[in-house]
Amino acid sequence: MKKTFKLIDLDCANCAAKMEREAAKIEGVNEVTFNFMTQKMKLDAEDERFDEILDEIAKVCKKVEPDCQIVR
Amino acid sequence: MSRKLKKLLVRISIAAVLFLAGMLLPLPVYGGFETNIILLVAAYLLVGYDIILKAATNIGHGQVFDENFLMTIATFAAFGTGEIAEGVMVMLLYQVGEWFQQYAVGKSRNSISDLMDIRPDYAHLVKDGETQTVDPEDVAVGDTILIKAGEKVPLDGIVKKGESFLDTSALTGESVPRRISAGDEILSGCINGSGLLEIEVSKEFEESTVSKILDLVENASSRKAKAENFITKFAKYYTPIVVFGALVLAIIPPLAGIGPGFREWIIRACTFLVISCPCALVISVPLGFFGGIGGAAKEGILIKGSNFIETLANVDTVVFDKTGTVTKGTFEVQKIQASDGVTEDYVLECAALAESHSSHPIAGSLIAAYKNRTGKELSAEKVSDVKEFSGMGVAAVIDGVEVFAGNDKLSAPDKAAVKFANVDAAGTVVHVALKGKYLGYILISDEIKEGVAEAMTELKKNGVSDLVMLTGDRKNIAEKVASSVDIDTVYSQLMPGDKVDKVEELIAAEDKKSKGKLAFVGDGINDAPVLSRADVGIAMGGLGSDAAIEAADVVIMDDRLSKIAKAIGISRRTIRIVRQNIVFALGVKGIFLVLGALGFANLWEAVFADVGVAFIAILNSMRTLYQRG
Repeated sequence: MKKTFKLIDLDCANCAAKMEREAAKIEGVNEVTFNFMTQKMKLDAEDERFDEILDEIAKVCKKVEPDCQIVR
Repeated sequence: MSRKLKKLLVRISIAAVLFLAGMLLPLPVYGGFETNIILLVAAYLLVGYDIILKAATNIGHGQVFDENFLMTIATFAAFGTGEIAEGVMVMLLYQVGEWFQQYAVGKSRNSISDLMDIRPDYAHLVKDGETQTVDPEDVAVGDTILIKAGEKVPLDGIVKKGESFLDTSALTGESVPRRISAGDEILSGCINGSGLLEIEVSKEFEESTVSKILDLVENASSRKAKAENFITKFAKYYTPIVVFGALVLAIIPPLAGIGPGFREWIIRACTFLVISCPCALVISVPLGFFGGIGGAAKEGILIKGSNFIETLANVDTVVFDKTGTVTKGTFEVQKIQASDGVTEDYVLECAALAESHSSHPIAGSLIAAYKNRTGKELSAEKVSDVKEFSGMGVAAVIDGVEVFAGNDKLSAPDKAAVKFANVDAAGTVVHVALKGKYLGYILISDEIKEGVAEAMTELKKNGVSDLVMLTGDRKNIAEKVASSVDIDTVYSQLMPGDKVDKVEELIAAEDKKSKGKLAFVGDGINDAPVLSRADVGIAMGGLGSDAAIEAADVVIMDDRLSKIAKAIGISRRTIRIVRQNIVFALGVKGIFLVLGALGFANLWEAVFADVGVAFIAILNSMRTLYQRG
């Protein structure tokens, strides 16, 4: 399943790159891109575990940039 | 300005005042304790508390190379060595830099979305004789909507009532309004210039032109250019290396007893930490590409990814498909020549009937000419057993007789088996024959588009050395067209499949010769495989053609060839700006690493340089948005 999410308070381009790197490592993620310019995340991940994966990504993002939130 | 930014600005201002007061006011000293330090510490805490907090939480998450953490270490170390004012100054400048970055990025983000301000907010839906204003997403196919003068067209559809002039400039960059009346197709994203229009919706919002274009531009930045990948890779290693360098600097020289002593080396190590964030690069490079894509979109040129900007900038060969690209692709019957004993109408009827199932533009012109000439509709039931011979023509059984219609290759013994007339005229010749009997020919010609020759000159000026044209037409026609518009090389009489082979051949030859790339320009109708095979495929006249938007890497919304030179120009400029930023930012950081290690740059100078670079690089990137002329 592919879905796009809005990101709030993604302030630092380097953080976006870091999040992208970390999120891509999560199991079940086929492809994930963090777009600093449009403040959006595009996630392509396994259908059955999609929500679980999204939770994990949110956790990773919190680690890198505590302010940043994924709008679901 | 967002609330977050405003808050930061207030904090910075108050801290700056406190800092200045602490530095300048002659406050008393009690027993060796300078009371102005209280002011400095207050300034530091006010401006930097969030950095310190983030540093603490992030280090708990194992983020060692987090910029907040590094900044905190650097300033703490400065305090530790007694450089209190330095430490405060560093934090202050760092926050000023952060503020500027966020402000500039927000600004350019806004200007890009303004450029792409084609998303309609509402639609006037007509239901049971009443008009209500709804979200365009709630309108279904087949619904009727009203568009008042000056409003954006919210959905694609067919005009049922009314006439008006349509401003398509947001989609095509074309400023001359287009006339529209009942029966015409209307595309979302245009602006209704004058009259009231009643539209029957033909596509849902998600499928409509405006959504597709917005989607394309927004997603363009996820296809990354080599320069962007380089930067993300670089950023991954840069910070750890610089931090490691700082550690080495703080430990090795003092232990080895070199130079000015432990305290001084610690301060030098701090200058490393302060410039360890690669943010200037990480922001300015994608920002540059994003701006380039936005600026091009404003001109009616959709570039599907940053990587194609890079390729376009290196194009030195442009291959054109003739029909629909160099020529208008609208064919008209110029002349009908019938053999003795055959009427012209009969020749035309045979040709039109044989071709009546084909989607080729020539077929359309034959059918149109028949209707015009005779005032009758074609009786399709007369036709059976249609066979297409790719690159030659068709054979069909009409009223029980086999008829051939196509080019001179159809005269072959296994086809019509009769000699065709030798015609030397500019245009496409459709010969019509029965088995063993020649009926005559029809001359159809296709007009060359306006401004083609100028577009070619423009391309040459932009550094394109080879202009090539591919066509299925006969050699003499092809050459006539090419020479009239200054195209150097022509490959004629190509079957549709040959075009891919030819392009592959050209790419191979090109790779041997130079680093230049090959662009193929087509109309996206019959040449999708070629478009995808070329280094960069450019589709013309993409407005309203889903096939073209799908297949190409670059879509030019109207059909003016001059846009190709413009697209190349925009790409070259974007790449130039991106390169400037990379060189400039790396250069300044490099210089300050050296100066810092040697003790020639103090902490706040390093921060100032770092913040300044980021700021200048961002401003430079924003130039890509604004294209000259």
